[in-house]
Amino acid sequence: MPAEHDHAAGSVAATVGSAELAADRQLASRSAVRFDRAEARLGGRTIWSDVTLNVAPGEFVAVLGPNGVGKSTLVKAALGLVPLVSGTAIVLGRAPGQAGREIGYLPQRRSFDAGLRVRGIDVVSLGADGERWGVPFPGGGRLFASRRAARQRVREVIELVGATGFAGQPIGQVSGGEQQRLLIAQALVRRPRLLILDEPLDSLDLPSQAGVAALISRVCQEYGVTVLLVAHDVNPILSYLDRVAYIAHGGAVSGTPSEVITSGTLSALYGTPIEVLRTSDGRLVVVGQPEAPARHTDRHADGAALPW
Amino acid sequence: MVSGGLAASAASGTALGWNIGADIRQLLALHFMVNAFRAGTIVAVVAGAIGWFMVLRRQSFAGHTLAVVSFPGASGAILLGISATAGYFAASIAAALVIAGVPRSPGGRSYSSESAVIGTVQAFALACGALFVSLYGGFLNSLTSLLFGTFLGISDGQVTTLLIAAAAALAALAGIARPLFFATVDPDVARARGVPERLVSTVFLLLLGCAAAEVSQITGALLVFALLVMPAAAAQQLTARPALSFVITIALGLAIAWLGLAVAYFSVYPVGFYVTTFGFTAYVASAIIRAAAGRLARSRGLRQAVPA
Repeated sequence: MPAEHDHAAGSVAATVGSAELAADRQLASRSAVRFDRAEARLGGRTIWSDVTLNVAPGEFVAVLGPNGVGKSTLVKAALGLVPLVSGTAIVLGRAPGQAGREIGYLPQRRSFDAGLRVRGIDVVSLGADGERWGVPFPGGGRLFASRRAARQRVREVIELVGATGFAGQPIGQVSGGEQQRLLIAQALVRRPRLLILDEPLDSLDLPSQAGVAALISRVCQEYGVTVLLVAHDVNPILSYLDRVAYIAHGGAVSGTPSEVITSGTLSALYGTPIEVLRTSDGRLVVVGQPEAPARHTDRHADGAALPW
Repeated sequence: MVSGGLAASAASGTALGWNIGADIRQLLALHFMVNAFRAGTIVAVVAGAIGWFMVLRRQSFAGHTLAVVSFPGASGAILLGISATAGYFAASIAAALVIAGVPRSPGGRSYSSESAVIGTVQAFALACGALFVSLYGGFLNSLTSLLFGTFLGISDGQVTTLLIAAAAALAALAGIARPLFFATVDPDVARARGVPERLVSTVFLLLLGCAAAEVSQITGALLVFALLVMPAAAAQQLTARPALSFVITIALGLAIAWLGLAVAYFSVYPVGFYVTTFGFTAYVASAIIRAAAGRLARSRGLRQAVPA
């Protein structure tokens, strides 16, 4: 998927020319996720404002930024779980929250209790019909073609994420990386057009990070699923990304990694000197990134009232 | 040969023999015993079904409190001269509403932070029950049966009440079963998928109150766990397949209730003791089976891992 270079538009990034605005309008008709001058508040405090972001169909886009900057809030706004106080958001051509069936969502890392006696395959199956009222009758697959198809689909996605070997074990007893594969399978059961993942690589060991990142990239490329992924470390996914978006209090800036992850762009975005270094093996190190200490502590106080 | 219990000897001077058929005929010859089995059956099924979700949701403490609250409910009802059954249900369901109204911890995951509130309610409820019993004076010598259960004198009307309440509770549970399971196993994704998690949790607490009130009437307020926790906990040890462990839960509950009633009939000791003992045995046995199966699987895995 070719990266769209021309519309990297955040109010913080340079000036937005009229030619770029025209390009933006063109893109609006064919964008999977689009934020336009959006602002979100939690508990009366502005998390971010003036965020403009466009994700084209089929792209693999990462939302980056230091902790506490509101990356998860952006994801929740896209899902319609957090309302925007100003600006607009369009997700798969509809208002946020209206495209539920076509979005696969992985919330920020949840680990399953080691004592939870439910198999991985059951958790994946919930992705197919978990919110439907009533009871799934055991053995319904023998009677109803739709149930049979649903079960076939569950097996298919488990195979796709490479979880066949451990899907029958209680989910609390498989490793973090294996749980993450099962959760990706759960998000994929309904053949979503958009996959939204919140810190899917967080607290995984390095080989698992590499494996899960490769899996997400494969889902994006082979099945044409648009991927919006939140991360605080770009390196495990850097080679797969079409575009990155950095988010800050006052706005966002997006573009290809080489355009955005530069000392100049990030220093302008955060209003503080930031240096981007490249190691000999191609990894990027961002130095001087503001960790927003005050906001970080607020985050926990906030969590009591509002879901992060 | 065990000499007959108080009730049994008063009724017909029965005794346990070696002829099982004759023993069963003898058990079912008396109307009060038939009613005891009817009530036990109803209670075992409803407690098993609701207890299965309670164990999965780790709400055992809330369940225990709802049962303990039924003690002041019943003793208060007797003091006021109304039916104890009404007291059981009114108190447990009111307490369920109170617990549901306690503000949830951030993320809404568990009731752990509310445990102090629940414990406070529980202690106060027990104290109120003790007060009601002493207010009633010497005539209420059924303190032991309120706390530790009785199977004597269950009327036809009581059986009908139990049946109606159980049918209503099971119908409601069947209605919310799948979203409840989803919200239990994976609350974040369930919320994002539009499961009204708060509503489902509240309905479940009401059902739990209903089940606790039902079970209290057989096992007594303090031994409710015999039918509410033990079968489900044992079944979930045995298998991680949800449908299978649900079926095992119901079967174990029925076996425990029937065996407990039958043995209590031929004995002078409270039915709650026998029901609890059989439940405990089932749990210990399944824990041993699970440990043995795990060890077997590990040793087999080791043998496969090490080439001969």
